[in-house]
Amino acid sequence: MSDLETFRAEARAWLEENCPAEMRTPAKGDEDVCWGGRNFVFQSEAQKLWLERCVAKGYTVPDWPKAYGGAGLSPQETKVLRQEMAKLGCRSPLNSFGIWMLGPALLKFGTEEQKVHYMGQIARGEIRWCQGYSEPGSGSDLVSMQTFGEDKGDHWVVNGQKIWTSYADKADWIFCLVRTDKTNKYQGISFLLFDMETPGVTTKPIKLISGNSPFCETFFDNVVVPKHQIVGELNRGWDVAKYLLGHEREMISGMGGDGGVTSIGAAMKAVLTEEPVLRAQMALFDVENLTFRAHGERFMDEWKTGKAHPAYSNLMKYVGTELNKKRNELVMSIGGTQALEWESERSNGGSKARNWLRTKANSIEGGTSEVMLNVVSKRILEMPGA
Amino acid sequence: MAMTLNDDQNMLRESARDFMASEAPVTHFRKFRDMGCKDGFSHGLWKQFAEMGFTGILIPEAEGGMGMGQIEAGIVLEEIGRNLSPSPFLTTSVAAVEALKLADKAMRDRWFPGILAGETVIGIAIEEGVKHRPEKIACVAERSGNGFKLTGHKQFVVQGTSSDMLIVAARTAGAVGETDGLTLFAVDKDAAGLSMEAARLVDSAMAAHVKLEGVQVNADAVIGDVDGGWAVLSKMLDAGRVGAAAEMVGVGTGAMDMTFDYLKTRKQFDRVIGEFQALQHRAAHLYGEMEGARSIVLKAQSLMDEGHAKAELYVAAAKAKAGLACNLAVREGVQMHGGIGMTDEYDIGLYMKRDRGLNEFFGDAYYHADRVATMNGY
Repeated sequence: MSDLETFRAEARAWLEENCPAEMRTPAKGDEDVCWGGRNFVFQSEAQKLWLERCVAKGYTVPDWPKAYGGAGLSPQETKVLRQEMAKLGCRSPLNSFGIWMLGPALLKFGTEEQKVHYMGQIARGEIRWCQGYSEPGSGSDLVSMQTFGEDKGDHWVVNGQKIWTSYADKADWIFCLVRTDKTNKYQGISFLLFDMETPGVTTKPIKLISGNSPFCETFFDNVVVPKHQIVGELNRGWDVAKYLLGHEREMISGMGGDGGVTSIGAAMKAVLTEEPVLRAQMALFDVENLTFRAHGERFMDEWKTGKAHPAYSNLMKYVGTELNKKRNELVMSIGGTQALEWESERSNGGSKARNWLRTKANSIEGGTSEVMLNVVSKRILEMPGA
Repeated sequence: MAMTLNDDQNMLRESARDFMASEAPVTHFRKFRDMGCKDGFSHGLWKQFAEMGFTGILIPEAEGGMGMGQIEAGIVLEEIGRNLSPSPFLTTSVAAVEALKLADKAMRDRWFPGILAGETVIGIAIEEGVKHRPEKIACVAERSGNGFKLTGHKQFVVQGTSSDMLIVAARTAGAVGETDGLTLFAVDKDAAGLSMEAARLVDSAMAAHVKLEGVQVNADAVIGDVDGGWAVLSKMLDAGRVGAAAEMVGVGTGAMDMTFDYLKTRKQFDRVIGEFQALQHRAAHLYGEMEGARSIVLKAQSLMDEGHAKAELYVAAAKAKAGLACNLAVREGVQMHGGIGMTDEYDIGLYMKRDRGLNEFFGDAYYHADRVATMNGY
């Protein structure tokens, strides 16, 4: 047996012994997902136990080094662990922007102290992070942001406003882009970390078309941030932000294939058979869905071996999010009038309608589809012009 | 399996790319088209294919071939597509060889040497209507003497009149619409009662309408099992489909690259037209479509090579996706070239014609999307 197959058997045995039965069923909704953090209330004893066991094993962040709370697994081993988790239907023990976004940035740009401290907290689910990037006047043109940190010797005093801060009202800390030099557009931004309980930080949830409020406006009024809470060099935060956006795009692009293993068409056979045009749309969607999954697999294999173009994640973000929107349009069509219900138990609290509306943000957040196409055309296809 | 090419496959790609670009570029295709060639391809080039080892790429090593798989055949096909190189490779070396691999030794010994030498061409006689419907085969094979007597008609038999042998699917049992009861036969081109009428297609390929009027064949002409031809047919069709998909990745990529070059050089309104965002976004979208097609084709090829249970689903998806993406590439290609895209002198129109032929070959995108739905349970 190869090392990888030995690992597979071990991982399988560990999961079977340690993953509670309740954690082998799909999460019912966002409130059923473990996000960790200071104020998180576990929904069940099983959820708590599953997190604790994974933390002890390093499995909340299996591919991070052991020194920073991970299990030190290779990319291949991580893939095998995820496959085995999927086979048993194990839920993710911990979801977090710390794991998906800040952690990889710290690993590349952080000091050793920052890695041990912050990554450890993330791995243990102790601190829930949010991301402070967009501002009311700075969406696609993010680099025009104005939130300013005034240098006061051993600290900055931050003033300004962020918008579309995911779960800012629930987060413990924020990683935030702050202008530290008004004379230099790109090289005048720093990447700061600070506690959301710092005096002067306030948040206000934004109600979306889905009826939910996953995003907030976040205000900074004379917020004091100590100098050691910077990641990377002063005024070079844009480099960190770009690196992190790459991870965000990969993460969002992964959503296009969500649930793709089993076609939604099979479950709705009766409807589709009676409506040949809808069935045809679904058939063409299934072709695109299989294509996207193969595309993602090929991209990851090329990425791991360094063969992928550095801007390729922009393409995957574009294709994946557009596909996910198409999927949800079809889910609504197949669901018919029942999918219109907004609150009933029958409709699981309007989950189809709310998910459908939520997906409209996929091609806006983390860089719009139009910006992605600009990047692909200029950086990969090398089209001329500014 | 990793979804990247290994070192050997990359070497094969380089040699196939160099070979097609130097021996069979678009100018080669034009030459044979303009002379009104009755075969639609060069026998000399077919011999050169053999010298490169391409003709026997799927024939087992023990029988003199290269013993490779669909990924490798696809590498050659992509370069064929990129250069519009005319040859019997897809029908003879891919589809026919996959069928013959399931035939008995005597038949393999009869046909493999000629294929390996680049001397033999085999036609695939499946289609009976204007659309691909293999289960609707109505051509009849009645028991007669030591063998069978074939009666019926076939069409879209690519390079039929240049073929030495035709693989004919006929019904030995069952009703039209059933997959059981079909049998595949190797029919000699000179068999009594067999007649062909050659037709030139939009992409200058030659395809034959075939009449079978009581064509007598011996029992040893059967490929695989009597009444069990669907198994052989499926294997042959899937190899042909994934091969056509790979060729379309080449056609689409060739058209796309040519178009992107044009966007970077053509000037209007005092600037290079590739500076216009309206064209940049369409170019980037097209690139994404072609990359997706390339990915699903590679996935389908590797699943076929593994003998994976899901290979059939992925082949259908690959033929559909490659068809849709390649079609987009040639349509955008002609449009973005503007007026010169409509001229015979410019190559982009030739890519559009080739795409149309390959899209119809062994089932179009809609046919295969329909199969994906059926295989997915609805």
